[in-house]
Amino acid sequence: MVLLAPALVVVAGLAAAAGAATAGEGPTAPVVETLRLLTKQRRRTLSDDPALARIGLTALPVAAVLALAVVPLGDRAPVDLGVGVVWFNAMEVVAWFAVWVVGWGPNAATSLAGGYRVLPLGLAYELPHMLAIITPAIAAGSLSPGVIAAAQHDLWYAVWMPAAFLLYLLSVAAMAFWGPFAAPLGRDLAGGAAAEHAGLDRLLLLAGRWMLLTAAAAMAVPLFLGGGAPPPITGPDPFPGLPVLWFAVKLVVVLGLLLALRRAVPMLRMARFATLAWTVLIPLAVAQALVVTVVVLP
Amino acid sequence: MIALVAALGAVAVITGLLVFTVDSMARATFLLLASFVAVAVVLIGFGLGYLGTVVILMMTIEMMIMVVFMVMLMMNPAGLMPMTMVHNRRGSWAIALVAFGLLTAGVWLVPFPVRASAASRGVTSGPAVGPDPTVALGDALMGGQMLTMMTLGLALLATIVGAVAVAVSRR
Repeated sequence: MVLLAPALVVVAGLAAAAGAATAGEGPTAPVVETLRLLTKQRRRTLSDDPALARIGLTALPVAAVLALAVVPLGDRAPVDLGVGVVWFNAMEVVAWFAVWVVGWGPNAATSLAGGYRVLPLGLAYELPHMLAIITPAIAAGSLSPGVIAAAQHDLWYAVWMPAAFLLYLLSVAAMAFWGPFAAPLGRDLAGGAAAEHAGLDRLLLLAGRWMLLTAAAAMAVPLFLGGGAPPPITGPDPFPGLPVLWFAVKLVVVLGLLLALRRAVPMLRMARFATLAWTVLIPLAVAQALVVTVVVLP
Repeated sequence: MIALVAALGAVAVITGLLVFTVDSMARATFLLLASFVAVAVVLIGFGLGYLGTVVILMMTIEMMIMVVFMVMLMMNPAGLMPMTMVHNRRGSWAIALVAFGLLTAGVWLVPFPVRASAASRGVTSGPAVGPDPTVALGDALMGGQMLTMMTLGLALLATIVGAVAVAVSRR
């Protein structure tokens, strides 16, 4: 449990390095940027609210660590919570609040507009996301990620409920306001919510975003990819007793899919994504949940 | 445990009071959220893990939806200008005191059920739970109407999605 936060920082840092490499920068760019931000001063603006902004900036990485705490890393979770799936969902919506106050704090127009963009984004992704994480829980008959992972020894839920898995990946990127959903920090707003933050403040925001993305990618492993167990088709486990290894391999695959999503899809306008979510993604998620419910109905 | 719950109760009351003393919408929203989260952690401390977690989830989303309404309806939509958080002081005091009196009376007058294992040890009060508090809560809230409520929920969602689909196609 104590090692959870440093471990998440390291893995998120590696993910950021891979992200920089796929974006055409050197893989050392996140390290250079971190050191640069640590040596710079924080920025103040006229009649701002730095206390509130820093509450949001701190809440982002803290929420990522608390969300990861219920994810089984290998065979069991650091905190084995019976309602882990709901807890994970509660921690990730803290990001809405965090980005909104981060944009609010500096009392600047572009920053405020960036902070407000997280609201249509959240209202668009949240319902498909909730339905996508509840569908494996329905199939396994439990809200505990450990039990859901153990219920997939015959067939991964990613295979059995592909729509839920795809919606999960999409909504994870939206939750971390990342890739095609980076409008709250968009270039068209000169950086949006991050525009007026420098030094440690900016580091917390950008690192917190990678930590949130990594924690959410980690949750995909127990929910859809069978947790720390080897794939059902490979037969006996070639690395018995090393569920952490299988977990790490699957986490890398999920993170790779998310990085590919950023490469493949340009930044979406919030209004268009909201329309897509409410007219296509929510009905799709309900249909997927319905199919799974009818199949597992005793 | 009791000390922790009492401390969180105090946090909930104090942050709740502070909501009315600040002059910024954002600070008021944060303090209200902090108050609700403190109550949610009290619920988790009582062994109601699902209920407490759902309170954190719902209240965080609800505060953000309140911000959407703030943008839609308020004179000062960005909310950056200082503003007072109170109006109609006398009426508010009356409503607050009546509600407080009713809820406090309810706490002492409602006969709380007692957990079977605790009753066998001679305890006659305390948080009441069945074998699974989540199941017991769902049963107490909906009982035999569970299927009706689930169907209703789906029908409402379908209505919302239909309304959105009709609204956006008129652009």
